[in-house]
Amino acid sequence: MADGGLGIWGVPLAMLAGAIRVSTPFIFVSIGECLTERSGRINLGLEGTLVMGAMSAYGVALGTDSPWLGVLVAAGVGLLMGALHAGICQLPRVNDIATGIGLMLFGTGLAFFLGKPFIQPKAPNLGAIDLGWWSDIPQVRQALQVNYLFVLGIVLAFALAWALQNTRWGMIVRLAGESVDAALAIGVSVGRVRLIATSIGGAFAGIGGAFLSLYYPGSWNEGLSSGQGLMAVALVIFARWDPVRCLWASLLFGAAGAISPALQSIGVTQGYYLFSAAPYVLTLALMIATCSPERSLRGAPGELGAVK
Amino acid sequence: MSDKFTIGRRGLLGGAAGAAGAAALGLAGAANAQKPLVVGFIYVGPRDDYGYNQAHAEAAAVLKKMPGVKVVEEEKVPETVAVEKSMESMINMDGATLLFPTSFGYFDPHMLKMAVKYPKIQFRHCGGLWTQGKHPMNTGSYFGYIDEAQYLSGIVAGATSKSGKLGFVAAKPIPQVLRNINAFTLGAQSVNPKVTTQVIFTGDWSLPVKEAEATNSMIAQGVDVVTCHVDSPKVVIETAERAGIFSSGYHCNQAKLAPKGYLTGAEWNWERIYVDMVNAMKAGQAPGNFVRGGLKDGYVRTSAYGPAAAPAGKEKADAAKLAILNGSLAIFKGPLKDNKGNTVIPAGTSYVATEPKLESMNYLVEGVVGATS
Repeated sequence: MADGGLGIWGVPLAMLAGAIRVSTPFIFVSIGECLTERSGRINLGLEGTLVMGAMSAYGVALGTDSPWLGVLVAAGVGLLMGALHAGICQLPRVNDIATGIGLMLFGTGLAFFLGKPFIQPKAPNLGAIDLGWWSDIPQVRQALQVNYLFVLGIVLAFALAWALQNTRWGMIVRLAGESVDAALAIGVSVGRVRLIATSIGGAFAGIGGAFLSLYYPGSWNEGLSSGQGLMAVALVIFARWDPVRCLWASLLFGAAGAISPALQSIGVTQGYYLFSAAPYVLTLALMIATCSPERSLRGAPGELGAVK
Repeated sequence: MSDKFTIGRRGLLGGAAGAAGAAALGLAGAANAQKPLVVGFIYVGPRDDYGYNQAHAEAAAVLKKMPGVKVVEEEKVPETVAVEKSMESMINMDGATLLFPTSFGYFDPHMLKMAVKYPKIQFRHCGGLWTQGKHPMNTGSYFGYIDEAQYLSGIVAGATSKSGKLGFVAAKPIPQVLRNINAFTLGAQSVNPKVTTQVIFTGDWSLPVKEAEATNSMIAQGVDVVTCHVDSPKVVIETAERAGIFSSGYHCNQAKLAPKGYLTGAEWNWERIYVDMVNAMKAGQAPGNFVRGGLKDGYVRTSAYGPAAAPAGKEKADAAKLAILNGSLAIFKGPLKDNKGNTVIPAGTSYVATEPKLESMNYLVEGVVGATS
């Protein structure tokens, strides 16, 4: 392994690189869902929003030659899909889980339909910041190619965590999620709060989709997401509805996903199906380790139907 | 351009309107004495995926230009009972008399079931192992020995690589995939015996993020030429180009995706098979039941060399191509060891491309870093 390879050291490095490369869509979708769920609503349709975001970002980047405009449009599309979900859920006797699943199928189907002409062409990609300039090792430099959206995702996670705890706006969102009665008593329109929170959550998921199609893997096709939006929604429960923990969970998930190819690339080839399942096994193990029969899920918003 | 294919043919068939439409079409067809030959193509994925399905769709486009031939296509048909419905609607509504269900899982039981139900319709499947006596005579299969093209790609890759490490992103360890990996490696070793091929199995045919991860982690280990066997090589080729390493294509020509690093690639050329079969149908004969061929038959080919391909590699690949064409070069010949040290082909034995043992390959040759399980 002397000729350009790092041998066994390549594995932790690849996991770090994997965390940086793969986790961004998880970060955006999970903090978006986190915000939505803190307001007392579940949006299972974010997989559809993610795919729609990926498709529209790619299409716009292709048409205008500007990937950042693509990101903006993806956020807009996500916003609209979030608003649609919120709007439907506000109608009487509507179940938000069922609506979410409906919107997931709608979003992916619509994206596949509209995305047909974009499969072949090559759209311009988002650039990356080179944080590995200090190193002589090409692998380290490659691992530290950081996309702006990744940085934005980290900033957003901390900002959202702070805002939920320390601003009046954040308090109102939590109030709508914890107790509708209390919110009504102080004159807060729960419907409007949830509409806004769900729309912003959708916009985040749209940006996550833009990352997929415009940076990594960086092209549009129908297998692009393969369920990442759904996994990210599950990560929110794993992260106990805390944006910063959503960030850690996403990073962990990205790193675990890099284990299988990294091990195979240094010649550990037995049982790669098992290593491919590492992210899920890890999540499950952590869930079991942190749960307790003495208390219910800590941090769960009181109005959230799914965990009542 | 492709919008009409996304409207579910099956959805129409379900309704009463569909049934009425089918009857009307059937009558119209019977009234027309000069009715065209209708050929149906069914794809498992999108037709423009820069990969397996596109290779078939490109050949279907050639048939469309033939006089007296009408082509109907449906894409993204899962390998379930859904494909039976697609076939039935092509037969009943479009009047198709020759069907090409192109994906591996369509063959057994779906296509065989339809062949029994519609004995006058000809079914030809890509890749299935058709056996006389076991399968109906109105069915058949065709396939190309693309490992010959992979061998040539391997020569170019081996001669161009500076690190002597090649990378292969593969979906699943099935015989066709292993044969490609082995042929690619043997080709590379024929110009540089020290070459190794690193294989990463992603686990499924279309997993873009995993494919990108696999490519990146091989690049991190010093691999400087990658190729792949997945449904759509687009992600692998683009990732390699972005990292500034060389790539070798698969299924169809991906030179456009990597103008700098694309060396060459192993491509299908289904057009030959399809045109032959359509001509047979027009002449009133049944197309061949068991059609196999490689470079010599024109069923597979290599992409034009890219600017980065080493001149020595091009020369040797051209020489090897000639040797394959005149039959003096066998890719799989003894003594050949697998990467666990077992002899898989004894000295003195040499397999021609048609050898059935090659179609059940379950090993990786010496020099491949990877395992089949």
